[in-house]
Amino acid sequence: MGAQGQHLTVNGTEITLSVDGDTPLLSVLRDRMDLKGSRIGCTEGYCGACTVLVEGKPVQSCNTPVWSVAGKAVTTIEAADRHPVLGEVQKVFVALQAAQCGYCTNGIMMTLAGLLSQSPRPDRAHILAHLDERHLCRCGVHARVLKAIDQLLAHSEGGLA
Amino acid sequence: MSECPANLKANPLLSRWFRLDERPLMGVRSGKVELGQGATTALAMIAATELGLELDQIDILAADTAHGPDEGYTAGSFSVEHGGSAMRWAAAQLRELAAQAAATVLGTTADQLVVEAGQFRRLGHNEGVTYWQLRDRINLGVSVLDLPAPVLRGGTIDDGHTRRPDLVGKLSGAGFIQDMTWPDLLHGRVLRPDHPQDRLLSCDDAAAKALAGVVAVVRDGHFAGVVAQSDEIALAAIALLRRSAQWQRQAELPLDDGLNGWMDQASPLSTCFLDEAQPDKDLPIRHAARYSRPFIAHASIGPACAVAQWHDGQLQVWSHSQGIYPLRRQLARTFGLEAEHVQVTHAHGAGCYGHNGADDVALDAALLARAVKAPVMCLWTRADELSWSPFGAAMRMELSAGLDESGQIVAWNHAVWSPTHLARPGFGDGVNLLAAGDLAQPHARPPLADAPRPQGGGDRNAVPLYDVGARKITHHLLPQGPLRSSALRALGAHGNVFAIESFMDELAALAGRDPLEFRLAHLSEPRGRAVVEAVAKAAQWNQDDPGGEGHGRGLGFARYKNLGAYCAVVVEVEVAETVRLVKVTAAVDAGEVIHRDGLMNQIEGGIIQAASWTLKEAAGWTQDGFKTRSWADYPILTFSEIPAIEIELVAPEGAASLGGGECAAGPVAAAIGNAIAHALGVRVRDMPLTPERITQAIHA
Ligand code: FES
Ligand code: FES
Repeated sequence: MGAQGQHLTVNGTEITLSVDGDTPLLSVLRDRMDLKGSRIGCTEGYCGACTVLVEGKPVQSCNTPVWSVAGKAVTTIEAADRHPVLGEVQKVFVALQAAQCGYCTNGIMMTLAGLLSQSPRPDRAHILAHLDERHLCRCGVHARVLKAIDQLLAHSEGGLA
Repeated sequence: MSECPANLKANPLLSRWFRLDERPLMGVRSGKVELGQGATTALAMIAATELGLELDQIDILAADTAHGPDEGYTAGSFSVEHGGSAMRWAAAQLRELAAQAAATVLGTTADQLVVEAGQFRRLGHNEGVTYWQLRDRINLGVSVLDLPAPVLRGGTIDDGHTRRPDLVGKLSGAGFIQDMTWPDLLHGRVLRPDHPQDRLLSCDDAAAKALAGVVAVVRDGHFAGVVAQSDEIALAAIALLRRSAQWQRQAELPLDDGLNGWMDQASPLSTCFLDEAQPDKDLPIRHAARYSRPFIAHASIGPACAVAQWHDGQLQVWSHSQGIYPLRRQLARTFGLEAEHVQVTHAHGAGCYGHNGADDVALDAALLARAVKAPVMCLWTRADELSWSPFGAAMRMELSAGLDESGQIVAWNHAVWSPTHLARPGFGDGVNLLAAGDLAQPHARPPLADAPRPQGGGDRNAVPLYDVGARKITHHLLPQGPLRSSALRALGAHGNVFAIESFMDELAALAGRDPLEFRLAHLSEPRGRAVVEAVAKAAQWNQDDPGGEGHGRGLGFARYKNLGAYCAVVVEVEVAETVRLVKVTAAVDAGEVIHRDGLMNQIEGGIIQAASWTLKEAAGWTQDGFKTRSWADYPILTFSEIPAIEIELVAPEGAASLGGGECAAGPVAAAIGNAIAHALGVRVRDMPLTPERITQAIHA
């Protein structure tokens, strides 16, 4: 597939980019749109550092070709101030200092924002299974992430977003 | 502290440490760098305390060889101990200089002044003068060696909820070296073989050059890389080079039996550095055992990255290295430049746990940038990261001991075999940057060496802190093994403490004694006793708990390097098809605490990482080369495997700060091994303690 116009909506803004449709969404976000909050980790679908929301669902952007998100709504960490659940997740992570280097953290926050926005809201076990499958952290911040999840689940009992 | 700290003595100009801006911020520059461990926050807190500033009045500046102090490496849990004491003294000195200037302005004497939120005022007065108003009256060009010793305020102001300033940005957008961007930034990638003994002979440069967007194909001896308009193009060009690459194998690898069998063939450099007269009587109990750990990967979540640019024969590099000054000297040596003609500026990378690929990629970037007239960002791939980044060294430990009639240890013998744990760039005469050996004019690696005692490398923590009678401790330093090794968090302490503390449990069992009681009976060091007693209490250690039926608990203890923080750990496990960590309780004495939440975060992370190493991790090889090339080949601990963690900080009044980031590694490993033995009645002495090995031990 050669370079052609790709229409995307990223954090509420519609744009058209002249880029090969097979280009990973992660590269488009980072290199074409200067949205660096989605991290370049393994680029092989294992670590989750690149996770964004597509139509509200967590997706690893490193192995998502940009053509596949044409016309869909993409949300990145940069939209935390406009996305109530993501904003809440970010607030809790900062409050708990649930990061060391923070390289894995934005991806994890995106996944949590996606899962916690679903209805019915998934339970803790489901969330952990999802994290096990798609996210890695090398600094060992897992215990704080679990604390953040518990706090977010408790909040949302009381009606998060 | 009554004497100027060594790191400040070596960098005595205050202008190296502080920058007084026009805007009301105090620029603070340490030689210790942020590795994701929160060091710069702790240092900023120390500076704020001594200067009389709020934390948000501090602007943490990047460590930089052109402007900042040379504090060597940020390693060994010394950021606070060494970097912090230098920062404290320097900040106090600046406060006193400013107070004198303020006194002149306010028509009083310095001893009549207080400083709060950066403003000096007389007691009982509201008006005053700030650091920024005093800008022209403070001479930062002064050397602290020409000034009388300042009065140190000491401590830090921490309500327990101090948040790291760097995380705010990282958790909402850019913040890492990989995120740096310029309009003319080009992208570089390098070609590395799949086998540690392969060297590039040839590849089809023309095919790669023909690719649209490729700016340069760089070849120098066995080194090959490309520079392109985008990272995708660079990767595509590397794929083309790889397709045509011819490799020369310099040697075959020994068989990987998972148990370090290759060590039998290696000839070590042996040093018996402690050899006390053995008791010449028959001892009723004698016991010996052998333990091992494999090579372990750094496995940073972010790939190694550097940006380099050449101007008029001078080199500028941005790097997440742990040692910007040593890196500068090594780059200068590689390119035959004066050190002054190389500038290295630190930029944050993903979590760093020792000597990873950060320095190597800096040379890669510099080699690539030399071929073009623009800055080049070079990234490593995940495969490079899991194969070409140095590994934590494999280890073999053989222990033997004798107990007398009363069940006390009276003779102790520890021998450890391991390739180096310290091959950092700048140690020894030579160049320890990966590509330097591949160039047409290659640079030799420094001669074989390990971290010197008392800290030690392979022999780190090989001397037990217990009273064990006659000790004989031998370090067998092996030449480079099948994989390249260097510093990984805790160095040899992980293996040695695993062995010592496993062995203590074995001896206790032979003497029919409780592991806790047995340790305390051999431990007179008061701070060591205090953490062991604290953890036993916190974990409600029950001497009568028989364990078994898959449920067990184990203890592990060490003082990191026998010089640093004390840590005792109790681990509770449930063993069925897999080992489930139920709970980890730790007691840590890291002396005076600078940033409580930061220290807790480091200890938690240290516990989890050590648990991951101990239960799951091993880097291996086959005849075809590296076995670990993606995360699929190198599993680490996942979210649902995380135990409950409880940490208690204990420290005697007035004790100096000791770094806490590495102290848990050995004790956690040992406590897990001991808990599994308690649960099953059989012991696994070879890490990782996988279900297969446990099953084997049961059927043995
Ligand atoms: S970078 Fe996308 S999963 Fe690792
Ligand atoms: S916080 Fe560093 S990798 Fe997760």
